[in-house]
Amino acid sequence: MGGLQKKKYERGSATNYITRNKARKKLQLSLADFRRLCILKGIYPHEPKHKKKVNKGSTAPRTFYLLKDIRFLLHEPIVRKFREYKVFVRKLRKAYGKAEWTAVERLRDNKPGYKLDHIIKERYPTFIDALRDIDDALSMCFLFSTFARTGKCHVQTITLCRRLTVEWMNYVVTSRSLRKVFISIKGIYYQAEVLGQLITWLVPYQFAHDHPTDVDYRVMATFTEMYTTLFGFINFRLYQTLNLVYPPKLDSKAESELKAEHEEDYAMDSESYLEKLSALSASLARVVATAEEEEENQLDQFPADGEDLENMEAREKEQKEQEAQNRLFEGLKFFLNREVPRESLAFILRCFGAEVSWDKSLCIGGTYNVTDETITHQIVDRPDIDKQYINRYYIQPQWVFDSVNAKMRLPVEDYFLGVTLPPHLSPFVEEKDGDYVPPEKLKLMALQRGEKHEEEEDDDDDDDDEEYNDEVDDEDLTEEKNLKKMEDQRSQGKQTLAVKVTPGKVKPWETGSVGNKVRLEKEEKAEEKRLAIMMMKKKEKYLYDKIMFGKKRTTREANKLAAKRKAHEDTSKAEKKQKKAKKQ
Amino acid sequence: MRTVNLESQKNGTMSKAKEKSAKKRVVEEDDDQLPIFDKDVTEKKAGEEDDADLSDSEESVFSGLEDSESDSHDEEEDAEEGDDEEDDDDAVILDEILTKSSGVETATEPPATDKNTPTQPDVKTAPKRKMKKGEGVAMDDGGEKGLITTRHGDEYEHDTSDEEDIRNTVGNIPMEWYQDYPHIGYNLDGKKIFKPIRNKDELDEFLDKMENPDYWRTVHDKTTASDIRLSDEQVDLVHRLQKGQFGDVNFNEYEPSVDFFTNEVMIHPVTNRPQDKRSFIPSLIEKEKVSKLVHAIKMGWIKPRKPKETTPQYYDLWAKEDPNAILGRHKMHVPAPKMRLPGHEESYNPPPEYLLTEEERMAWEQQDAEDRKLPFLPQKHSCLRAVPAFSRFIHERFERCLDLYLCPRQRKMRVNVNPEDLIPKLPKPKDLQPFPTTMSLVYIGHSSLVRSISASPTGQWLVSGSDDCTVRFWEVNTGRCMKTLEVGGAVKSVAWNPNPAVCLVAVCFESTVLLLNPGLGDRLVVSSTDQLITSYEPPEEDKEQAVTWALSEGPEHDNGHRLTLTHPKAVKQVVWHGKGDYLASVMPDNSSNLQVLIHQVSKRRTQNPFRKNKGLVQCVSFHPLRPYFFVATQRYVRVYNLIKQELTKKLMTNCKWISSMAIHPGGDNLICGSYDCRLAWFDLDLSTKPYKMLRHHKKALRGVAYHKHYPLFASGADDGSVIICHGMVYNDLLQNPLIVPVKVLKGHQITHDLGVLDVTFHPTQPWVFSSGADATIRLFT
Repeated sequence: MGGLQKKKYERGSATNYITRNKARKKLQLSLADFRRLCILKGIYPHEPKHKKKVNKGSTAPRTFYLLKDIRFLLHEPIVRKFREYKVFVRKLRKAYGKAEWTAVERLRDNKPGYKLDHIIKERYPTFIDALRDIDDALSMCFLFSTFARTGKCHVQTITLCRRLTVEWMNYVVTSRSLRKVFISIKGIYYQAEVLGQLITWLVPYQFAHDHPTDVDYRVMATFTEMYTTLFGFINFRLYQTLNLVYPPKLDSKAESELKAEHEEDYAMDSESYLEKLSALSASLARVVATAEEEEENQLDQFPADGEDLENMEAREKEQKEQEAQNRLFEGLKFFLNREVPRESLAFILRCFGAEVSWDKSLCIGGTYNVTDETITHQIVDRPDIDKQYINRYYIQPQWVFDSVNAKMRLPVEDYFLGVTLPPHLSPFVEEKDGDYVPPEKLKLMALQRGEKHEEEEDDDDDDDDEEYNDEVDDEDLTEEKNLKKMEDQRSQGKQTLAVKVTPGKVKPWETGSVGNKVRLEKEEKAEEKRLAIMMMKKKEKYLYDKIMFGKKRTTREANKLAAKRKAHEDTSKAEKKQKKAKKQ
Repeated sequence: MRTVNLESQKNGTMSKAKEKSAKKRVVEEDDDQLPIFDKDVTEKKAGEEDDADLSDSEESVFSGLEDSESDSHDEEEDAEEGDDEEDDDDAVILDEILTKSSGVETATEPPATDKNTPTQPDVKTAPKRKMKKGEGVAMDDGGEKGLITTRHGDEYEHDTSDEEDIRNTVGNIPMEWYQDYPHIGYNLDGKKIFKPIRNKDELDEFLDKMENPDYWRTVHDKTTASDIRLSDEQVDLVHRLQKGQFGDVNFNEYEPSVDFFTNEVMIHPVTNRPQDKRSFIPSLIEKEKVSKLVHAIKMGWIKPRKPKETTPQYYDLWAKEDPNAILGRHKMHVPAPKMRLPGHEESYNPPPEYLLTEEERMAWEQQDAEDRKLPFLPQKHSCLRAVPAFSRFIHERFERCLDLYLCPRQRKMRVNVNPEDLIPKLPKPKDLQPFPTTMSLVYIGHSSLVRSISASPTGQWLVSGSDDCTVRFWEVNTGRCMKTLEVGGAVKSVAWNPNPAVCLVAVCFESTVLLLNPGLGDRLVVSSTDQLITSYEPPEEDKEQAVTWALSEGPEHDNGHRLTLTHPKAVKQVVWHGKGDYLASVMPDNSSNLQVLIHQVSKRRTQNPFRKNKGLVQCVSFHPLRPYFFVATQRYVRVYNLIKQELTKKLMTNCKWISSMAIHPGGDNLICGSYDCRLAWFDLDLSTKPYKMLRHHKKALRGVAYHKHYPLFASGADDGSVIICHGMVYNDLLQNPLIVPVKVLKGHQITHDLGVLDVTFHPTQPWVFSSGADATIRLFT
């Protein structure tokens, strides 16, 4: 039994991982440079399967990188650029110290820079890969574009971010790929479907940021550097797919219109161009001047049978729905009041084919005035307005968002001026079995299915005729019944957990032999299941218990929400009644 | 060759002469030039010439020698030149003439010969030198002195230490060097300066001090070893210097200062020198430079610096994309998960149920940021206009950034199973009938917990032993207590003889095992049993036994007592062999090998099968068909072959403490109940490890039992339940036993944390009896 004794940790997973410090030493980089390199190259630590083995028996908390990743970094040309930059900084400091201003200038002129093109190509070998990973880039660029042009980062970065985001919004408008929008307390979420990829991004509200002190802006700046490069290439490619000119240009027609309207007193053309673009009110120039052909690309009919046919039909239906949604606001003319967030609303409305304008003093690019008689909707976010035109709706901005999410024009009555708005629901929530579904969503789903529900009208009635209190209550009851029935119908389809538990009466037939039988059968089934659970293997039992625990928790939460809702409704109803009584 | 050489030599000398003349002119220009300098130059030149000679020809070696000689003459000449300028002038003129003529001559020569390789003193220079030499020699005597004097004069002009009174010429050296000599140096004339005859000693010094009134102004000069008396002026000077005043009395240090340039603007310039011409005509050099630059620009050699491109250039990066071009490292790539999409609670106007109540809000605020389920507080705003900026927006983006590059990633497989699929598909209990399902009878009569029960082989009677020191016999079908026997202690175990031809019940309490004849059932059987016991004839030689056998008589006999086996220790369990002749009793004791005894009733013989103690014996059992004996210690079950008297198997139960054991009537399977809630099923043909572990009970198992005919087994535990399982054993060796729990029977109340203590099956019917700590026995049918 000769042979060398095998040493520990010289093979296997211990050799596949490397700690961060070791990696840094191997690359001969400072921590900051290493960090930047990792960010740019998309290298991240891995959690080893057996941490103790990798950690050579120690249990100290360490982050591990894959050794292959670090080896891969060794050959990165950008590392040399980092070093060059370091040298440059040293020289510059020296020149400053000696007050050699010409040297400073010369050095400044020859400041070393680097490009990230190859890294982007390497990280995202295909365009779809890049598109899939653009969510964070979008959110980051939208955040940076809202920064003040002082202090926290370079002005160029901010303007570049702004430019890229404007380009992106223009693309989304032109391709009409916006799907969902959501006003949250953090900002406004948008979801677009670009080349089959769902892309979600978050835009903060247009307020000045109070910059936190515990945030390392260098990290963010490095990310932004990478993101802007990626984003620019993606924009270029996207514009290419739509035959648009890149960098975007306004349609010649639109441009002339804008020019005619806006005299030269505003700003230099080069300066205001981005603003005009960001106004989103005009269409973009195309490489090949095509007529406005919006011909539907009909799905070709393939001979299919059975399941395929069903699938095909479903797909066709989906596409039709999609097209209908894209033309949601077509033919409508909107006017935005001063107090509403112009950019987001203009963006959304233009995405769905509406015409939008605003006050000239608000922003460049408004195409018509308030006085225009053909305006159909005016979006207002104040309790009342002095001068109202008869032939247009005055609505609150939430109507636009809710309509987009519902994929239909919702009745405007709920969104009139001064009306308490219905809750704004997240379009991103997809309820599964046993999840809590807010009643508003149920109503909306009914609306979508085309079931015209009288409840809203009834509610109005309810407000109007207070005298027929009892009747109204009765009506309420019947309504509730109707609603319940509907819910039941739905739950057959969706298997939603019954939210409301109604005290059931013991029905006479259930006490009979038939009921007994049924109950016995049920019991038997339950016992069978219990016995079968007893025979589970230990591992499976554990898993099963875990799953069941999770299920129980979700139902508990759903029940809690339902109870809360019920309590809220009860109190509000009581208040209403009290008010009525007082009035009487 | 020769001629060429000559020519070159001539040339060389001529050039040398030219140089010399130039040199002379230099000398003329500044008279102060030291002759030493000249010498250096000439020497250097000689060196150069030497080098050149070496490369030229062999003759030049000699000529070099001569040349050096001539150089020395030159030197002398140079030395002279300082003195007689006229002479030099003549020479210069002569030289000039010479050069002119040589220039004519050299014009005809090929340029190759125009080298600085002279040396051979030629015809023309030779006479000149001679002449000069003659002059030099003539001058020599007179000139030498003059030279020296002039040199001295010069020296004093430049010397800063001219005040020094040089009476001793040895210079600034330590005077100790002259200690051993009679003199201390040399005066200006080169004569020795002698030391004074006698050095002053201290006494002289003192006397001097006392007597000499000028002592204080006397200074000793070491160099001349003489005393100098300072004059009054000198003393004054010293005083003034000591005070830090100027040495010169007449110097006024406080003279009013006169500005060279006044601060007043004057109408006339200080210097009225007209400007140089060069200051107003364009510089030629600069013009040249500029024209060069202009030319370079015209030719396109110099281009203006391109303004740096600050905006990035974008192009179609993925023009030639190769979907298969995935780097090696991308195999391990774990894409970052996307941000979680917002739910209803994040809305600016959420449904009312998503808003936190007051208590929830308090709880939220008290929680740590990591523990919070929601990272923000849901808020309701009446209109979009009222929505403020989200204060943690930058934070959240930053945290996302950190997550992207700092957070270790790991691919985790999420189990996405339907929990229903996890439940094993078992045959329906309905299809596995018959098995006991309902409790049909309760046998009440004991007043304390019933430790043990046993059914008669016919299935008509049931015996039970309890802690109230009684043994009761019951009729199974009616639940009637047929007989109650008081025994001398808490009954630990009862066992009905499985032989249907014998009516005997073994009862153990304390250290006694009692064999009873209950007198129930067929009278023939009862009487034959009595006869069997009385027909015993003691053997001839009495062997020493561990147990004393005693035949009961009198009232005890009437009560049914037949034989009493008094053990040395407390007995816990008694078990009959299937044939009904052998009986095993267990006396658990960790310290001795006398734990298990096997008795033969017909011969009233007792033997201890084990020589060694293998641990605390919990229970024992006989194999139903073969001569095997099962002994369960705390953790293991050992199977012994009684005929070969050896250990055949050792079963690892994986339990902490075995409580009970039962053997399948087929003899190939065994179940073990344990105090750690587990029931282990062993297939003896398969392995020594459990074939299946059943964790059905929530508490410690107390009793397990197999049914004789039906594929059933039961287990009773402290949780008060009896679980009936279907345990089908197939004759086919390839098929593993099928175990399906079919019924959980409940009925016993838990008293003192004890539930069911013993279970046993009815020998023929699919019924199960269970005795519990609530002093009842229950029959489930």
